[in-house]
Amino acid sequence: MGRYRNVTFLAAAIFIQILGLAIQVKRSTENESSRLIRVWAVTAVTPLEKGIVRLQTGTTDLWHNYFYLRGVRQENRRLREQIEQLQLEQVRLKQDADQARRLQGLLGFKEQFIAKTTAAQVIGSSGSEQSRTVYIDKGSRDGIEPSMAVISSQGVVGKVINVFKSTAQVLLINDQQSGVGAILEQSRLQGVLKGKASGETVIDKIMSEEEVKLGDRVLTSGGDQIFPKGLPLGTVARVTKGGEFLQVIIKPAAELSHLEEVLVITKKEEHAAPVSTATSVRAADILAQRLPSVPDKPQMESPAANAVVGQTKPQNATAIQPGAVTGSAPQTKPRGSTNATTAQPKPPLDASGAAKSSPAKTQVSTPGAVTAKPTVIATPEPKPAAVKASVPPTSKPAANAAQTPSKPASEIPGDTPQ
Amino acid sequence: MAVTYTSREQIEVYRFSLPVAVLAPLLAIFFQAFIPLRFPFFSIFDLPLLVVIFFAMARRSPVAGLLTGACIGLLQDSLTHHPIGVYGIAKTFVGYGASSLGVKLDVESVGTRLLVTTTFYVIHEVLYFLIARGMVRLDLHWSWPHELGSAIANAILGVFLFALMDRLKQRA
Repeated sequence: MGRYRNVTFLAAAIFIQILGLAIQVKRSTENESSRLIRVWAVTAVTPLEKGIVRLQTGTTDLWHNYFYLRGVRQENRRLREQIEQLQLEQVRLKQDADQARRLQGLLGFKEQFIAKTTAAQVIGSSGSEQSRTVYIDKGSRDGIEPSMAVISSQGVVGKVINVFKSTAQVLLINDQQSGVGAILEQSRLQGVLKGKASGETVIDKIMSEEEVKLGDRVLTSGGDQIFPKGLPLGTVARVTKGGEFLQVIIKPAAELSHLEEVLVITKKEEHAAPVSTATSVRAADILAQRLPSVPDKPQMESPAANAVVGQTKPQNATAIQPGAVTGSAPQTKPRGSTNATTAQPKPPLDASGAAKSSPAKTQVSTPGAVTAKPTVIATPEPKPAAVKASVPPTSKPAANAAQTPSKPASEIPGDTPQ
Repeated sequence: MAVTYTSREQIEVYRFSLPVAVLAPLLAIFFQAFIPLRFPFFSIFDLPLLVVIFFAMARRSPVAGLLTGACIGLLQDSLTHHPIGVYGIAKTFVGYGASSLGVKLDVESVGTRLLVTTTFYVIHEVLYFLIARGMVRLDLHWSWPHELGSAIANAILGVFLFALMDRLKQRA
């Protein structure tokens, strides 16, 4: 027996580990079965990592904030100029976001907004090329939970997979087991962004006849219910054709190999885009502008209506009937308008920008104010009677409707989600 | 690069103090997890493997070698998100093999250390690949140039690391 002692020990050690491995692979909740060992390992390693990272951060902060202040004034001036430029850009983006929300409201889309984030520092990695994960210095006591999205200032980083008391493990988007719902910004093609064994990120299952442009931005589609829609994932770096499907290689937006600080999305809010009458009118007007072939409504003489409205209505605005957009006269709503809406290219959504934007209900305070919109006065033919005559007597004026709670878009006939 | 065959009488057996035996593997795993964050190229190194080889060759006991390999491998596994045991099994074999070889070879010379580390790195990677694909069904990418380059890089680092760790050895 003494002769085979070493080999017996080897066989026993290997057998035990293979058995343990087999049990973990067999069980679907493998993380739970090996949880204790992981907690021990993380507890043994991460305090040192945290200590070094904090020491490094403290030293850097001390140097930059108290000693090395050369050029701060110049930088301050430059940043102020940059803020002014960004404010201008923000105004433009807000208008785009408002318009996108109105159109989405018409379609009954539900949006997810980032409501709360927690900043965290990356303190370590798995130490393996085959496991692309990092550890952050925030855990369950900071409100971190599994499957929370992790982003950086540049783009999506990954999602939380294991949570410990004061640390959490984040699966990066370039890991093989990662999958993020993605959409190409220009072509609007959708797919799942995955990691490859070599560390590249790829979108597969895109049919080979589709056209994918190099440099096209890739955003989260929101379909995975983890990442809010519209976050930057990367850009198309290479496209290879392999039989039936394309292999779209993506260059991640976030620097996954040089992560230092990240944001964990700890709270998301999901709600339908508000559909007030006022905003609907404007969205309808926008659509009406894009439907030049719809004929005018016949004019009806109605002094009462004139008295109520007292304003002029442009020709375009009659193309989509006001009763329909208020939801009070379903029979007058042409179904074709929904199709027209979906036919429009969807503008990319910046989640943070969209979350900040408020419904434009204050833009329209009276029915007549609608006519003041610059988007609908392209053909200013006065037809006051025609506008109001088509509204049933029960329908409220736009101003009143704007103050009432917004109506779910799904109640609008023909506006059901596609 | 002299590889010397050593008779059993010439074999020196070493032991390590408890703090060294515990802290050296922990530090190796810590550096393995921490340094690639700042220097991504460092991920080609496998510091825990080098520590396993060093301890196994110095102790020259197959049982001690395989236990050291198993413990360090399992600890390394637990920092990944894969099932625990893939590194454990691979490093158990390496620990056993390195200590068995240490009984027969003079593993103090630079040449031997270079060759032994290169060989065991490749064996470790092959084992890891087989276990990961066969049992865990991971889709791994195998590239001989990459593996051989990593093996040589690890061997060179191992020579310096072993010289440093020689100071921690105590004659049994």
